[in-house]
Amino acid sequence: MNINAAGMYFKELNEQIKASGKEVVIDHCMGQRYIGSGLAGKKIVINGTPGNALGAYLDGSIITVHGNAQDQAGDTMNDGTIYIAGSSGDATGYAMRGGKIFVNGDVGYRAGIHMKEYKEKSPVLVIGGSAGSFLGEYQAGGTIIVLGMGCKRPVGNFCGMGMHGGRIYLRCQTPPADLPRQIIVKKAEKQDMKAIEAYIKEFCRVFGHSEKAVADSDFYVLRPDSKNPYRQLYTQN
Amino acid sequence: MQEIIKIFHFSIDRSFFGAYHNGCKKCIGKKVEKVMQPREGQVRIPSGCAISGMFSKEGKRMDGSSIIKSIATMHDRSNGLGGGFAGYGIYPEYKDYYAFHIFYDHKAAKLACEEFLEEHFDIINLSKIPTQKHPRITDEPLIWRYFVTPLHTKLKESQLDEKEFVVRSVIKVNTKIDGAYVFSSGKDMGVFKAVGYPEDVGEFYRLDEYSGYCWTAHGRYPTNTPGWWGGAHPFAMLDTSIVHNGEISSYDANRRYIEMFGYKCTLLTDTEVITYMIDYLGRRQGLSYEETANVIAAPFWSTIEGMPPEKGAKFTYLRNAFSSMLITGPFSILLGFEGGMMALNDRLKLRSMVVAEKGGMVYVASEECAVRTVCPEPDKIWAPRGGEPVIVTLNNRHGQNECSKESA
Repeated sequence: MNINAAGMYFKELNEQIKASGKEVVIDHCMGQRYIGSGLAGKKIVINGTPGNALGAYLDGSIITVHGNAQDQAGDTMNDGTIYIAGSSGDATGYAMRGGKIFVNGDVGYRAGIHMKEYKEKSPVLVIGGSAGSFLGEYQAGGTIIVLGMGCKRPVGNFCGMGMHGGRIYLRCQTPPADLPRQIIVKKAEKQDMKAIEAYIKEFCRVFGHSEKAVADSDFYVLRPDSKNPYRQLYTQN
Repeated sequence: MQEIIKIFHFSIDRSFFGAYHNGCKKCIGKKVEKVMQPREGQVRIPSGCAISGMFSKEGKRMDGSSIIKSIATMHDRSNGLGGGFAGYGIYPEYKDYYAFHIFYDHKAAKLACEEFLEEHFDIINLSKIPTQKHPRITDEPLIWRYFVTPLHTKLKESQLDEKEFVVRSVIKVNTKIDGAYVFSSGKDMGVFKAVGYPEDVGEFYRLDEYSGYCWTAHGRYPTNTPGWWGGAHPFAMLDTSIVHNGEISSYDANRRYIEMFGYKCTLLTDTEVITYMIDYLGRRQGLSYEETANVIAAPFWSTIEGMPPEKGAKFTYLRNAFSSMLITGPFSILLGFEGGMMALNDRLKLRSMVVAEKGGMVYVASEECAVRTVCPEPDKIWAPRGGEPVIVTLNNRHGQNECSKESA
């Protein structure tokens, strides 16, 4: 089913998406918020610019955006996949706890802030371009992958600030110089790359990149140092 | 129980249905209760905002309808408690005169203010600012416009330069004349603001009848305080105008500092202080707009340490010389000035902002949709980094830096 979203208020658009069948195509999307929020079992294709909190609390649907996404895409999403052909705004993957987000271009500040994982629930955020500052701020779990293709640096300042779980993969020749003391950075080894192989393949397949081009650089993995936790940051314990 | 939306307002003569915002889903099916309007500072309302701007580097004059369309896309970022616009290049026939836009609460304020103006200025033209009755804009004050130039004798007597004379006169009216508020005082520019949603405010002021090379707009969602006419954005002094999305944590520190230089923060609204700080840093200290941005959104010391020595020395100097002018807390601002516009985010980038270019046009907005609704296919669109100013000026002015994309 096709929905022409031109001039449509977000509430009505979301009601129409809910009421429609499994496959929905939204044309002329212009800033409508909360598209697909909480939805399971749908395939939503968006032509245009979806508004903030795209796919918030998403619970198993697949959303494809032919364009850029705004802020907080995938906020607290639980399951499903979001493909963004362009770039995405600040706080992409905010507090994700499951599912996957693939961004072909750049993401803004604070992508993957407070991602978390529990047992089989482990979210994945793959960024083709670069990420702004505070990538993975307070990250508690899950995997963030920044490919940094066509960029001088894959991330801005303060990457992994407050990170205490999960992992961040950066595709670059030298890791950022300003990483916090509580983070261990290592060149990715075979088993590290094995763990993300499927996500890279999916990224390349969906956005038409060659896997060879992606493999043409080192990767570094950032993990919190469990021997050097944030003791005394708030209380002495 | 039925949810009640409180519409703050003075009089009780408004029709019941007038209190609903047509098409606003927040209001449908809810009872509207009228209460007396408290002023800024009396109430704290925890709550965002929207900003939008467009600039023609070629100086092409655009009427106000596009900027209204742009800001209206972000309707839900505001709550109807304030909307406003600044237009530059809108008064070419009076471009050598200061255009004072003034709110009067009552007639006595107008009489007192006009007496003051006549004593200090040559008034070339005066009129009511044209408005149209609008169902969702109510309780308007008296809104007047004066094109003025300082009286030669008074200016000489004051031993001040012309701009300083105008600034002091504006501050005098705003602090000494009860019920009078000069909310716009630049040349060939004007601020138009009210309590209401921005698209309604634009219609109320008939902005489609003005044309200018630059427009900025604001939709307000007051944080901390209720909205009132004077507290709507933009805030302006001379040709400097500011629209702001965010909240200034350092407000009181900034206010105390700037008030040492003769400014008076009369509105208890954080944004007001940014206007005075930028006027002070630029006009009185002679900083460029880029340097001003480096002062108010200064990088962290840890970031300065990583800079090449010469650059680091400059940033260190600016931080030390103007330490009380650092603005902390989230903000995205659009600064309008004669012949230019600057967009700036706080150094942590706690608010969203995108910039786009298409031919000779530059667009800035809180959300990409607000750009695409008036410019569907920009040549490029990007989000500047925190503390990284984007400055555009008219092509025929020598100038400040062009906007440029710095890849991360």
